[in-house]
Amino acid sequence: MNPKRKQRLLLVLFIVFGVSIAVGLTMYALSQNINLFYSPKQIVAGEAPVDTRIRAGGMVVDGSVKRDPNSLAVSFDMTDYESTVTVQYTGILPDLFREGQGIVAQGKMDSSGIFQAVEVLAKHDENYMPPEVAEALEAAGKMPQPEAEVFNK
Amino acid sequence: MSFDSFSDFLAMGGHGLYVWLSYGIALAVIVINLVGPVMARKQLLADLLRRLRREGNN
Amino acid sequence: MAENKKWLPRWFYQMASPRWCYEFCGRLLPWFVVAAVLLLGAGTAWALAWAPADYQQGNSFRIIYIHVPAAILAQSCYMLMAVAGAIGLIWKMKVADMVAKSCAPIGATIAVLALATGAIWGKPTWGAWWVWDARLTSMLVLLFLYLGVIALHSAMESENTAAQATSVLALVGLVNIPIIKYSVEWWNTLHQPATFTLTEKPAMPMEMWLPLLVMVIGFYCFFSVSLMLRVRNEILHRERRAGWVRTLLEKA
Repeated sequence: MNPKRKQRLLLVLFIVFGVSIAVGLTMYALSQNINLFYSPKQIVAGEAPVDTRIRAGGMVVDGSVKRDPNSLAVSFDMTDYESTVTVQYTGILPDLFREGQGIVAQGKMDSSGIFQAVEVLAKHDENYMPPEVAEALEAAGKMPQPEAEVFNK
Repeated sequence: MSFDSFSDFLAMGGHGLYVWLSYGIALAVIVINLVGPVMARKQLLADLLRRLRREGNN
Repeated sequence: MAENKKWLPRWFYQMASPRWCYEFCGRLLPWFVVAAVLLLGAGTAWALAWAPADYQQGNSFRIIYIHVPAAILAQSCYMLMAVAGAIGLIWKMKVADMVAKSCAPIGATIAVLALATGAIWGKPTWGAWWVWDARLTSMLVLLFLYLGVIALHSAMESENTAAQATSVLALVGLVNIPIIKYSVEWWNTLHQPATFTLTEKPAMPMEMWLPLLVMVIGFYCFFSVSLMLRVRNEILHRERRAGWVRTLLEKA
């Protein structure tokens, strides 16, 4: 390869790797801010700021959903299989909200350790299937659950 | 067929607006990316031909 | 002083000839047009009418057949643009510059399609049009990079300096591609993990997955058609003084 071309090739490689390293270091430094939500483990460990609006994500614990018969108030527990946080929310839940599925809530931790949510979003996984397949899996108890690491990076 | 009738097909179980809007935008993007260059080519050939004729007459 | 030993295959240097490239693309075009029409036509019909709905998402799931191909294509197009730009920079190959220039507007519209369909799909499923999670944000950055390349190119007078500047910009932004891809693995995001990987079995049955494959290939074929059309226009414009172009015009 002639020397000028080699020089330009080196320039190209330098740009790509230089920028990658710079960006990589920045991402590492900011990683906590790049996460969209705190996991229950982080909240229980006190890593999430109290009294500020944050997002928390986890899987809705089976049997934990309690709805108030007279209003839209609802409470449920969310877990990352290591810790569990109780969430209270007043409003319409997304269509895909159900036990055994993931959610991402926005709100504040109150002084009693309950997450007061102002918004609840459904976080679905990448398992798509037709209704018949889903019914069969549910009946056999083999419905895929979201993995812990989805909430705990 | 996943649908029992044409009106079911259009309604998409209540999600009709979302689905048809998405497919509509996709169609628009595909058409723009095909019609655009084809029309540009016609224009370009016409321009170049005109210039060629003009130079031929000088 | 016979130092110019060619260590790349012959076709690489052949492609450097604008005339060869023009004629080669001209021969390929009809095949890709037919392939695109068949694949996109069959894929769309399959996606809308025959594929089953999802047990959770119902029929809004069908948006996947537009969103996933568009997202994959938007990233592939960027990689092609960056590589073509690098080749143009290193080998001073004008055809490579023309390919890079042609990729940008197509990639921008495909990125818009991916973002729009994602937002439209997100509303009934997640409950939000948009969140600033790593996946969505990095895809938006991709769109801005495309727009930046287009803007930068049009701002420069000489085609050659424009090609150099936009190639550097494309290379600087190249790190965004692995960020997009791994965003759902490295950080907590609302966007779910990958549907479509080359290495693992997809987490969906064949009847849902096959039409997706058809649409992805169909979109690639459509992209090839659009790219070849644009590159041929670029070649005609830049080589307008060449003899072979005059002959072509006179025949038209």
